Amino acid sequence: MARRSTRRRFLEATGALSAVLTGCKRNAEEDEGPRRIGKPLRAYGERSEFEKSARALPTTKLLEVGSSYTPLADLVGIITPSSLHYERHHSGVPMIDPAEHRLLIHGLVERPLIFTMAELRRFPSVSRICFIECAGNSHQGYGARDAPTVQLSHGMVSCSEWSGVLLSLLLSEAGVQPAAKWILAEGADACKMQRSIPVEKADDIIVAYGQNGEALRPEQGYPLRLVIPGWEGNANMKWLRHLKVVDQPYMARDETAKYTDSMPDGTARQFTFVMDAKSVVTFPSGGQKLAGAGFYEITGIAWSGRGRIERVEVSADSGGTWQDAALSEPRLPAAITRFRLPWRWDGRETIVQSRTTDATGYVQPSHEALVAVRGANYEYHNNGIRPWRVMADGSVTDVPA
Amino acid sequence: MFPLKCALVAATCVALLAQSPKYGLGRTPTPEEIRSMDITPAPDGTGLPEGRGTAVEGRDVYARRCARCHGANGQGGDEPKQSTLVGGRGSLKTAKPLKTVGSYWPYATTVWDYVNRAMPLDHPGTLTHDQVYSLVAWILQMNGIIGEHDVLDAKTLPQIKMPNRDGFVPDARPDVGGKTPAPKKMAGKKPRADGGQR
Repeated sequence: MARRSTRRRFLEATGALSAVLTGCKRNAEEDEGPRRIGKPLRAYGERSEFEKSARALPTTKLLEVGSSYTPLADLVGIITPSSLHYERHHSGVPMIDPAEHRLLIHGLVERPLIFTMAELRRFPSVSRICFIECAGNSHQGYGARDAPTVQLSHGMVSCSEWSGVLLSLLLSEAGVQPAAKWILAEGADACKMQRSIPVEKADDIIVAYGQNGEALRPEQGYPLRLVIPGWEGNANMKWLRHLKVVDQPYMARDETAKYTDSMPDGTARQFTFVMDAKSVVTFPSGGQKLAGAGFYEITGIAWSGRGRIERVEVSADSGGTWQDAALSEPRLPAAITRFRLPWRWDGRETIVQSRTTDATGYVQPSHEALVAVRGANYEYHNNGIRPWRVMADGSVTDVPA
Repeated sequence: MFPLKCALVAATCVALLAQSPKYGLGRTPTPEEIRSMDITPAPDGTGLPEGRGTAVEGRDVYARRCARCHGANGQGGDEPKQSTLVGGRGSLKTAKPLKTVGSYWPYATTVWDYVNRAMPLDHPGTLTHDQVYSLVAWILQMNGIIGEHDVLDAKTLPQIKMPNRDGFVPDARPDVGGKTPAPKKMAGKKPRADGGQR
């Protein structure tokens, strides 16, 4: 008992001291009576219990196979918290002990090599901020544009700082033979998912073990994955265990039956790796509600697999006029860039939308222009302009195509 | 035990000699390490393992291991979606293309590889090589591509020409978007892939 009372006095004293020192005031009630100090130090942090933002999960029965969506409208800046990075799994998230994990490189090389994780971490390393976007992001868009929120329409893009070793460095250690044209990259998930990747891209590919300052999350490929800046997410092989250098693409299921783009003439485009320039307004966006006429900041994100974002134009008058939005620094190639535009809403119904231009001069097309060329069954690589309708009562809805 | 120790010592010496040249990291993989991961056949069949099967044999395996999701006759189930295996020939140009193994998949080796590595969806890696050959035979037979007594093995399987083998074209983007939005030029033209150019 005595001990508790001593502790209490200590708590009161330190509480009073800290209030004096910091002058912090939380609310009137707390300032009147005795105060308790806050929570203790902890070894690994968690967000505030008041924060509820979460990935959206599909309604399918088998949650080991499918996608979850990043809550884009809740995010600020350009980095996606690792806990909210979108997911796409084809065979569940494997639990891998990094001490047991190996990366094998063989095939058309002078010296087949196998590395432990500890060895991979000894190589000269690189870090790079870039987005990863699922080829199927905004897949609802070609046929009926029917996703009610930006989380569901665009939430399969996320942006992280990735750290690891350049693939080209590992390949030069193995000694690539002249006949080498492709690399077959394979994961350690239950289905051992694999993709063929052109060998000339290796200079730009990170064999990554780090995400946003710590180890990769299991959902993002722990302990090792490929990060291919600007290329469709599916090629960014997670749980990477095996690289075979080969002379031809191996025609994996996910580069033939899936992740190929169906054209109206019955052909399908194959090896469509790059994600084209795209932007979307995240405020105001579907499912939100404006409090009434007055000042707001229109904001959103833009990204391009072909380079830096050079421009984002925003229209807040149903496409009548377009204004340049301010682009936040840093603007990095193949990374998310945030844009902002001050806006005074007059309280009348209107449509808000954005379009971006990347470093190559490419301008994000309209939905109609995309469908005119690609038809309604293209499915992947939808980077069309996304409008949101602000109703007179402040509610924001999708605009059916 | 003694020969095993000798082998281990020899392997260790090879490994030390075979570290990466500039940084001296890693080692030479053992043949067994390569074999355990090197499971993908090339489209020409290189790397296909021993084994064989026919559609008649595959029908039984299919009923037990596959029909629950893919339907008794490959017509597909409710979930997961897009699990239809049969039909769709001639539909790819229509407003509602049905992409199946028969109508869309360009290589029989891909069917073998995907069944081998990823199926059944909830228990991948539980089929024998004979079962995989026979399942591929049954799926191809249901699609009218081979006969029910045709034997599939490492030699015959890659010789099958799938109906949509020539249906794929290279990336033709950027095809839409440019300095002026919605290029007029494209609007009146019949949309087509720009075959051959990257």
